[in-house]
Amino acid sequence: MLDPGPHVDPMVPVLATVTRRWQDLPDVVTFEIEAPGWSGFAPGQFNMLSVFGVGEIPISISGPVSDPGRIVHTIRDVGPVSKALANLPEGAVIGLRGPYGVPWPVERALGRDVVVVAGGLGLAPVRPILYELIENRLDYGKVTLLYGARSPRDMLFATELAEWRSRLDIGVEVTVDRATEAWHGHVGVVTSLLAGADFDPAATTAFVCGPEIMMRFGANGLTDAGVAPGDIFLSMERNMQCAIGLCGHCQLGPVFVCKDGPVFDWARLKPLMAVKEL
Amino acid sequence: MSVETLERIISDHPLFHGLGSDFLTTVTRCASNVRFAPGTYLFHEGETADQVYLIREGLVALEIAAPGQGRMTFQTVGRRGIVGMSWLVPPYRWTFDARAAEDTRALAFDAGCLRGKCDSDPALGYEVMKRFMPPLIERLHATRLQMLDVYDA
Repeated sequence: MLDPGPHVDPMVPVLATVTRRWQDLPDVVTFEIEAPGWSGFAPGQFNMLSVFGVGEIPISISGPVSDPGRIVHTIRDVGPVSKALANLPEGAVIGLRGPYGVPWPVERALGRDVVVVAGGLGLAPVRPILYELIENRLDYGKVTLLYGARSPRDMLFATELAEWRSRLDIGVEVTVDRATEAWHGHVGVVTSLLAGADFDPAATTAFVCGPEIMMRFGANGLTDAGVAPGDIFLSMERNMQCAIGLCGHCQLGPVFVCKDGPVFDWARLKPLMAVKEL
Repeated sequence: MSVETLERIISDHPLFHGLGSDFLTTVTRCASNVRFAPGTYLFHEGETADQVYLIREGLVALEIAAPGQGRMTFQTVGRRGIVGMSWLVPPYRWTFDARAAEDTRALAFDAGCLRGKCDSDPALGYEVMKRFMPPLIERLHATRLQMLDVYDA
């Protein structure tokens, strides 16, 4: 967390420096940044990153909570600002505000089975949870990660996925929508993996992140399996601009995604998601 | 394997979980345990759909071959899944290939036997249809989601 100091305007970014960057996929970059006054974050929170002269966007933090000095962001090059961010070299200076938002309630999963359902780039915002679960593995019941990607070449964090799959204390299943001939794993939507997953629905906490349609299917699949809606958590994306609940751009019915979220439980979110164009 | 053991295995599968004991005994008469080594085919496109498989362990790849593209896997079915829905619908013919992608254990139901028992006992037929419909609908929804290409943000 940034030390606010006595008179810091929350809309004024601090200057942060890109210290390392690497290409995860042709259109996805992960970089580490350093920011003065930064003292950590909670899983699921996001920063507002700005490229001067281009714009500012919210980006989830994808690194481990246990290493508070490292600020890690994974960015897909899809718009003008994310493209500018993704193309920054090491040493570049950007603006940073944050961290913001309601984090994943990982503490709610203590002693319970945990199912993490992620799709596409949605693996980045849940990666801090996975680090936490692995670091404190004995504090949780069965841990399952179900990950879906468009194709084998679109799989994020492939090296880490392979490491996690090799562990005996967590279940990791990966599926792709479109297989290549060299692919020998699951083919189909990520929610189809729920049927084969081992968890006690009455004692499960689930974390779901990915494209919104996928999250709706995922949350419904989990409730169909018997997980209580209040035990299913999703991370929402909306047009966040101020990140402090003032501007209203990210309003979702009665809530602001930036301030009241981005993490919500399904019991609260489901009625809102049923409203078209909300 | 004894009939009782097979009944227990069948009732452990989500498709027939909770099925009444009379119905369970009846459908068990059409069932057998099967195993497929990786790379072997459960069936091929165009053949008569004379079996339906409830997967116990392993992974089955559903494939279609296209000229110049080789075989394309469009879906896999794993543990607790069902392979071979074409047994339900005339002309009872497979519309794709099914290959064991891993060592696969399954319950195989003789489709002719099962259809015959459903025809002769409409209550059983209705129960079986009610149980096959949700996975069919789920598969339809999943296919739609797959077609939407939701990751192309």
